[in-house]
Amino acid sequence: MNARRLAVAASAMLAMTAVSACSSAPPSKSGGNSSAAATATSAADLGGMSKLVAAAKKEGSLNVIALPPDWANYGAIIKAFSDKYGIKVNSAQPDAASQDEINAAKQLKGRPTAPDVFDLGQAVALANTDLYAPYKVSEFDKIPSQFKDADGTWVNDYGGYMSIGYDAKKVPAVTSVSDLLKPAYKGKVALNGDPTQAGAGFSGVVMAAVANGGSADNIAPGVKFFSQLKKAGNFLPVDPTPATIEAGQTPVVIDWDYTNAAETAKLPSWKVVVPGDHPVGGYYYQAINKDAPHPAAARLWEEFLYSPQGQNLFLQGGARPVLADQMKSDGTLDTAAYKKLPPVKGTPVLLTQAQNTKAAAYLAKNWASEVK
Amino acid sequence: MPMRRARSLVPLVGVLPFFAYLLLFLLIPTVVVIVGAFQENGSFSLSNIHALTNAATVDALRSSVVLSASTAVIGGLLGALLAAVIASAPETSLVRRAVLALSGSLAQTGGVSLAFAWMATIGLGGTLTTMVQNALSIDITASGWLYEMPGLILVYCYFQIPLMVIVFLPALDGLRPQWREAAQTLGANRFQYFTQVAIPLLLPAFLGSLLLLFANAFAAYATAAALVSQGSSILPLMIRAALTSEVVLGQQHLAYAIALEMIVVVALIMGAYAWLLRRSSRWMR
Repeated sequence: MNARRLAVAASAMLAMTAVSACSSAPPSKSGGNSSAAATATSAADLGGMSKLVAAAKKEGSLNVIALPPDWANYGAIIKAFSDKYGIKVNSAQPDAASQDEINAAKQLKGRPTAPDVFDLGQAVALANTDLYAPYKVSEFDKIPSQFKDADGTWVNDYGGYMSIGYDAKKVPAVTSVSDLLKPAYKGKVALNGDPTQAGAGFSGVVMAAVANGGSADNIAPGVKFFSQLKKAGNFLPVDPTPATIEAGQTPVVIDWDYTNAAETAKLPSWKVVVPGDHPVGGYYYQAINKDAPHPAAARLWEEFLYSPQGQNLFLQGGARPVLADQMKSDGTLDTAAYKKLPPVKGTPVLLTQAQNTKAAAYLAKNWASEVK
Repeated sequence: MPMRRARSLVPLVGVLPFFAYLLLFLLIPTVVVIVGAFQENGSFSLSNIHALTNAATVDALRSSVVLSASTAVIGGLLGALLAAVIASAPETSLVRRAVLALSGSLAQTGGVSLAFAWMATIGLGGTLTTMVQNALSIDITASGWLYEMPGLILVYCYFQIPLMVIVFLPALDGLRPQWREAAQTLGANRFQYFTQVAIPLLLPAFLGSLLLLFANAFAAYATAAALVSQGSSILPLMIRAALTSEVVLGQQHLAYAIALEMIVVVALIMGAYAWLLRRSSRWMR
């Protein structure tokens, strides 16, 4: 999901080999994939939730991939799911990138270790829809239509806004993107990932573009901003992680607000702002592998993620659950956790697939030569 | 006759596992890379080979060559000096054995652990950084140079120098004392012996070692991957970006093309190395 962690980056190339090498573990439940669950597009297709739960328990395990425990609260979500249903969750390559999830699904196809479910960034998610099994969770109709595929091929699960996190003890308060060009931030501003590679870094450039007269259709001002940031000596070429933030090595971090907000719990002086009147939003995409080795458990996982319990768990990790508005009116939202989210004002900017592709092409062509 | 031929094949049985290994881990991957480099969307295409001429890829090739060449020269000179010092010590000397043993293990120290060791020492908030900051109020990591090209050069030298000691010491040991005695008998002074006998004899071995160091740095991946997160300044990192980017999609075959480019460079280097090795071995038997 996020290409953040160093060690993982190092192993990215060999990741597939590693996964296949470890795949001798559990015996194949080849009966699983041919079961009724594999084609079920809703719990009702299996005769209701209790039947789905029973089928999932019979499968006994669930393979997830690229879910870092400290990202959107996935550590707690996996544990809660496992405790609730007694299903073992095998979490592979927690720090892998979205593309790694797709690669794993293709390379491990038909094997018991293939991922059952995906949690993907926009570009990768929309480029691989032929790999997903459509499924509508029981809350499907309550999800706003811009956050789902009409057939349930994919559904947004949680999202957030691009933010600037900073250590108030080390740097002056940040109020806008252009503040970061000031001498006070020399050698202090880190971006989560290379924008030509990682979704968060990419959205950071979009945020800088919007703040400097650009738009979702024109990210050139964002690239120019980072070029200035680099020339001013303010841009720090270090990969920010919870460790670098807590150690004070990356005093300013441009990243999703949920990742930044999660740091405040560990470092009280860590403040998070979502700058400007047009916050740049991004949602993650949830989908089921059509060749899932545990089709029932995969579907039950989706039911769990979109249940009030699952959605509130995302929220407690600082992410904005896709059902937040609905749950607010239902009275099921964890309002204490919701109030902790950084305040956002104005109309959000959400990139369409076409805008995304165009921006990615622009970055691929210009980023490396402009920002060096 | 058939009997004799059969017998002559017997020794080959012993190297069969080696050939099987070469086939699995060298030949097959190379063929996969070559085939993949000339494909796009399942059919033959030169588009990825053309993409190698993009400014970013050419820049990465240049940086890779600069990184490999500079660390080969720095590592080669310092390593050769160190090797010369320990070559003058007797074989039983403790210093010599200690340096050799240390070089043997340090030459293999690379990857993520090495990168982290440097980050912990002179990275942001590293031990040495903090000490210098406290004592002299100088920030030695200003703007994070360790995480860019200068940092890569420094860190690569860490394994290049010991590697040079290991590969160059045999050549130094091959300089027979008789040659120096002969030169002295003929009236050569120390300087003349070095410039007219020792250095010409050692030059092919020295250059060959530099090429080996170049190839070693050119192909190194994990250390750079752990250090560099912004930009894909060198070819191995470009391959990573092409394979795992979640922003720019569908570049798998570009990764093959870059890998092919690297294979060609290393093949040229190793060809030159083999040629130099033949030259130097004329004297070193």
